[in-house]
Amino acid sequence: MTSELDIFVGNTTLIDEDVYRLWLDGYSVTDAVALRVRSGILEQTGATAAVLQSDTMDHYRTFHMLERLLHAPPKLLHQLIFQIPPSRQALLIERYYAFDEAFVREVLGKKLSKGTKKDLDDISTKTGITLKSCRRQFDNFKRVFKVVEEMRGSLVDNIQQHFLLSDRLARDYAAIVFFANNRFETGKKKLQYLSFGDFAFCAELMIQNWTLGAVGEAPTVPDSQMDDMDMDLDKEFLQDLKELKVLVADKDLLDLHKSLVCTALRGKLGVFSEMEANFKNLSRGLVNVAAKLTHNKDVRDLFVDLVEKFVEPCRSDHWPLSDVRFFLNQYSASVHSLDGFRHQTLWDRYMGTLRGCLLRLYHD
Amino acid sequence: MPGKLKVKIVAGRHLPVMDRASDLTDAFVEVKFGNTTFKTDVYLKSLNPQWNSEWFKFEVDDEDLQDEPLQITVLDHDTYSANDAIGKVYIDIDPLLYSEAATVISGWFPIYDTIHGIRGEINVVVKVDLFNDLNRFRQSSCGVKFFCTTSIPKCYRAVIIHGFVEELVVNEDPEYQWIDRIRTPRASNEARQRLISLMSGELQRKIGLKVLEMRGNAVVGYLQCFDLEGESGLVVRAIGTACTLDKLSSPAAFLPACNSPSKEMKESPLVHPPSHGCRSTHNSPIHTATGSRLTQNFSVSVPTLIYTGMGSGSAGKEGGPFKALLRQQTQSALEQREFPFFTLTAFPPGFLVHVGGVVSARSVKLLDRIHNPDEPETRDAWWAEIRQEIKSHAKALGCHAVVGYSESTSICEEVCILSASGTAAVLNPRFLQDGTVEGCLEQRLEENLPTRCGFCHIPYDELNMPFPAHLTYCYNCRKQKVPDVLFTTIDLPTDATVIGKGCLIQARLCRLKKKAQAEANATAISNLLPFMEYEVHTQLMNKLKLKGMNALFGLRIQITVGENMLMGLASATGVYLAALPTPGGIQIAGKTPNDGSYEQHISHMQKKINDTIAKNKELYEISPPEISEEIIGSPIPEPRQRSRLLRSQSESSDEVTELDLSHGKKDAFVLEIDDTDAMEDVHSLLTDVPPPSGFYSCNTEIMPGINNWTSEIQMFTSVRVIRLSSLNLTNQALNKNFNDLCENLLKSLYFKLRSMIPCCLCHVNFTVSLPEDELIQVTVTAVAITFDKNQALQTTKTHVEKSLQRASTDNEELLQFPLELCSDSLSSHPLPPAKEHLESASSNSGIPAAQRATSVDYSSFADRCSSWIELIKLKAQTIRRGSIKTTVTVEKASPVGDGNFRNRSAPPCANSTVGVVKMTPLSFIPGAKITKYLGIINMFFIRETTSLREEGGVSGFLHAFIAEVFAMVRAHVAALGGNAVVSYIMKQCVFMENPNKNQAQCLINVSGDAVVFVRESDLEVVSTQQPTANCQSSCTEGEVTT
Repeated sequence: MTSELDIFVGNTTLIDEDVYRLWLDGYSVTDAVALRVRSGILEQTGATAAVLQSDTMDHYRTFHMLERLLHAPPKLLHQLIFQIPPSRQALLIERYYAFDEAFVREVLGKKLSKGTKKDLDDISTKTGITLKSCRRQFDNFKRVFKVVEEMRGSLVDNIQQHFLLSDRLARDYAAIVFFANNRFETGKKKLQYLSFGDFAFCAELMIQNWTLGAVGEAPTVPDSQMDDMDMDLDKEFLQDLKELKVLVADKDLLDLHKSLVCTALRGKLGVFSEMEANFKNLSRGLVNVAAKLTHNKDVRDLFVDLVEKFVEPCRSDHWPLSDVRFFLNQYSASVHSLDGFRHQTLWDRYMGTLRGCLLRLYHD
Repeated sequence: MPGKLKVKIVAGRHLPVMDRASDLTDAFVEVKFGNTTFKTDVYLKSLNPQWNSEWFKFEVDDEDLQDEPLQITVLDHDTYSANDAIGKVYIDIDPLLYSEAATVISGWFPIYDTIHGIRGEINVVVKVDLFNDLNRFRQSSCGVKFFCTTSIPKCYRAVIIHGFVEELVVNEDPEYQWIDRIRTPRASNEARQRLISLMSGELQRKIGLKVLEMRGNAVVGYLQCFDLEGESGLVVRAIGTACTLDKLSSPAAFLPACNSPSKEMKESPLVHPPSHGCRSTHNSPIHTATGSRLTQNFSVSVPTLIYTGMGSGSAGKEGGPFKALLRQQTQSALEQREFPFFTLTAFPPGFLVHVGGVVSARSVKLLDRIHNPDEPETRDAWWAEIRQEIKSHAKALGCHAVVGYSESTSICEEVCILSASGTAAVLNPRFLQDGTVEGCLEQRLEENLPTRCGFCHIPYDELNMPFPAHLTYCYNCRKQKVPDVLFTTIDLPTDATVIGKGCLIQARLCRLKKKAQAEANATAISNLLPFMEYEVHTQLMNKLKLKGMNALFGLRIQITVGENMLMGLASATGVYLAALPTPGGIQIAGKTPNDGSYEQHISHMQKKINDTIAKNKELYEISPPEISEEIIGSPIPEPRQRSRLLRSQSESSDEVTELDLSHGKKDAFVLEIDDTDAMEDVHSLLTDVPPPSGFYSCNTEIMPGINNWTSEIQMFTSVRVIRLSSLNLTNQALNKNFNDLCENLLKSLYFKLRSMIPCCLCHVNFTVSLPEDELIQVTVTAVAITFDKNQALQTTKTHVEKSLQRASTDNEELLQFPLELCSDSLSSHPLPPAKEHLESASSNSGIPAAQRATSVDYSSFADRCSSWIELIKLKAQTIRRGSIKTTVTVEKASPVGDGNFRNRSAPPCANSTVGVVKMTPLSFIPGAKITKYLGIINMFFIRETTSLREEGGVSGFLHAFIAEVFAMVRAHVAALGGNAVVSYIMKQCVFMENPNKNQAQCLINVSGDAVVFVRESDLEVVSTQQPTANCQSSCTEGEVTT
């Protein structure tokens, strides 16, 4: 006696959260059944392995049918085939678009094209995440990227509107899309200590301050403006950043800046002497990063540069985080007292974001 | 004359990409009704076209309005080649033809293609203007309401229940026409869908005409089926019960105080003088069936079976003359009818007077390939024959009517088994005629008719019983005789008193059959049928006893014929009726009593059985308060001794009638084990696993003993197909496979629905088919309803209080019967003296309890069954026993406990863009009130694929199709302005596969009643507002968007 056909269709589509998780994690039906058996469900319910097998198959089939709709979540809401309560719909979508930290760190900032897909195998081996799950996560990134790429308006809003994600998840996707679009390097060894959360935090700050959308000139920009408002950095702004070079190029200005900072921080910093000794290097590093951002290559290396030029020197001198904060605050603020410096607004737009990013990046 | 049908095509969404180059579609729509077609403009390059068309107007006869479906076809415009069809929507406009039902059909409909399934949705608005002239009912029967519900619909009142209506139409099956060789599968499928839709419309119109002739205005319990007879044609047939219904329009119905359906039903249907809501001037004869005629040259009528709960009644003391009068009346009311049949399974209180038992008839027919247009009424004649048989069976049981009546067929190649079954009953005449004549009689009837237990009392004469049976005095009223078991096809009457909870009981059976042709085949089948019926019945009886219960409701026996086997599946809900005696146990007897090890084995089995019975009693809370030296597992009497004891038993009961009470109390059902077959049977008895704790199941509307339903419901369909290994199949192996299939299916259901615990699977409906040689297909549709465990405790408490009160009043009434009095007091508070009394009573009879047993001797079974009549007698002998009475009355659950739901409503499904449509096979929705019936939903779909593997194999294909069918039903209901389908049924699910060719095809036929319901909790809040308007706004809000 073999079972040829075995199905269960409810008027309200049954969703088993545990099985959904197993499915999302890319387990085959056989593996999923084995995992469920191990969870002790047979003992709890008195069911047999055959029942479990049939149940798992059934859920997998349902998820498979739902997957097409999950690719465009608004379709899931409007479709008539599966009657699913709204709370369950939200759960299905949210879980489908959720991703693994380990996976996202591998692809963050990489080009979301087919070429990278070949690497999924390696990522799977490296992270222990099933290839199937990697593919889903990668395809999710790519899909979201494709949809919002050409769109105007707030990145987070666009993502939320087209994928019906929670605020938190939409922000994460905005960061992923932003990183993918600007191709920020995140995979270098010295960046390995950073979490996705660190990058997402920086991405949010940069989207808020450094993009076209950030300046609020968006609605008046004519259609010929091809740049995406939230995804691309404000080119003009990057050009202008060259002007900051004067802060390190002009020796008087640099000395004045240093003395202002040192006066303000004397006695307040545990690592004052180190700071005093390193000030010029640090300042040069930060300003040079700004000045180089006109080149795409250097934009990509932004995080590498920040870590190399600022985080690592401070860390090697064992600056506590509070001292870094004091320093950066003072370092930014003191510029306002430099009479010869005319680019105060530009400085604030640059340094305000950078300060936030650096503080977030500064940890072990 | 006529009406004007107006259609507007608003928009489409989620259309498939038809142009690969642009990834877009240039869609337009054809709207067709009858022979008229309109087209919209082409909406270029969009997957979400906004046609916003003008109103397309069709001027048509209302006859056509009833027959024809509105056909909407979405196409992709193609400049250079033929336009590609995207899909179709068929809309049945019948609901727009009743005055009270829907006024507009408006909403998103899935666009369906028989090859690709659902491909996007289309927004359509449909209206009908009927010209209200006096000849309105000339050719059509517009205005007659149809209900699938097999009880009086909740917001109506039955003025008169007229009786049986039936009709059938036949045609050639397009799939078998010559043209099918040259047309595409899509064209063939669509021709079939359209034809069945047309035939259904025609059938419904014709039934409507008959109803008008009977001066009714509605058909309740409408059941339409189609028979795919292959090359010999396509039959669409329907049966129903004609009624005159009055809408309950009182605003009081919306008050919270009246929110329970059962309460509503309790209003006497005759409070107001009957009025005929319908005028009829129609007098023309019914049209004869069109299309090719089907003929028969061979037919075998199978001797049929009467399952009953035996007994007699008119000998009862005061009830006697009165009953005779009643019967006379009913008789006169019913004799005017050809077939006094009722498709209803639940009745207004007082309608059902007595129930005789199940009557059924089967007939094996050969479908003929030869067209014989001169004999158009073959099918009619076949059914008439069977109905006649049913009628005579009912007569034999002293009944004039058959309730819970249904008909079915099973077809394999050219052999067709026609089956009909129902419950013989005596009805109260006042519902059947105009009720004006019998004013005073009515009064008396109401005073004297026994409530609660009346329907259990036997309807026929004790001295003239149709077969030997064992009777006792009713354990409730003690005045009338009742049988020891009762089998019925109806739902448990609302006023019946049951003890404990009920449960689903199934008998499953397979019989191998030689492959044969034509007449030889039909003969072989006819020869097998009686044996199958007998065994199914024995199995049912054994399982019922194993559960410690004494009555079956909702019994449905399905016999399916295949190439090389016959399958029998009987499902019913077992209950313990307080009015009937306690069933005895089951005893096992060995053939060779001297063999020590064998005896040990037997006693081991006996112990297992006894344990099971005890366990079941606990599980189903069957605890009739009885004094008992109840020994279920007592030693088996030797055969010789047994026969002697049997005689003395009957002597004793003749001598002292009062001793009926204790007499036979410990009678046990004896299974004699003498060969492996019998052993298998006993084993199979014990393999049925009870549902896991927190689960109950039944195949009736609701579970007896549960009355605190919460509002969460989940309707589902589950299908399984197994392939038998073809090597050396034996009956035993087959039985085991089939049994495992059903049991595993149930287990899977319990597992899947475990999050709903505590819950009950209601209206569990199994359908078996044998699509191919080695394939068995089982389809189950049911609804899981949650209930509240804590409230159950409370309600039982109040019920106990009630029953205590009742017991005390009973005592006063029954003072003249000392023994009864004593047992009455016992039941409410068991006292030692009473126990002694009873014990002495039982010892008076002088027979050790355990020895009062009869047996079925399996070994000599075949010899003894020289004729079918003997079989019946034999069976009758095997099912007699008696026991002590109980008075604890657990009132049957009203579907919605009064006020139990006040505080619990489902969380509002806000922000949903698609309105939720509930589906249930039940006639009600727990925790809600049905405010409006919008019309019948009757849909037929075909789905075919030539890329089976790509669609996920057979499971993926059928899973998607059933989900699509649900979606289309919901969309139609939502478009009618409804938010639920009640009495939903999947009448057919024919699945065929050809994996080698990567092909599969499936036909599904579903029906139900579209309704508007309002949550009771909402009702309280807005009780002053207009509930209908309120609801409609809430359910349309979601649909008309984007």
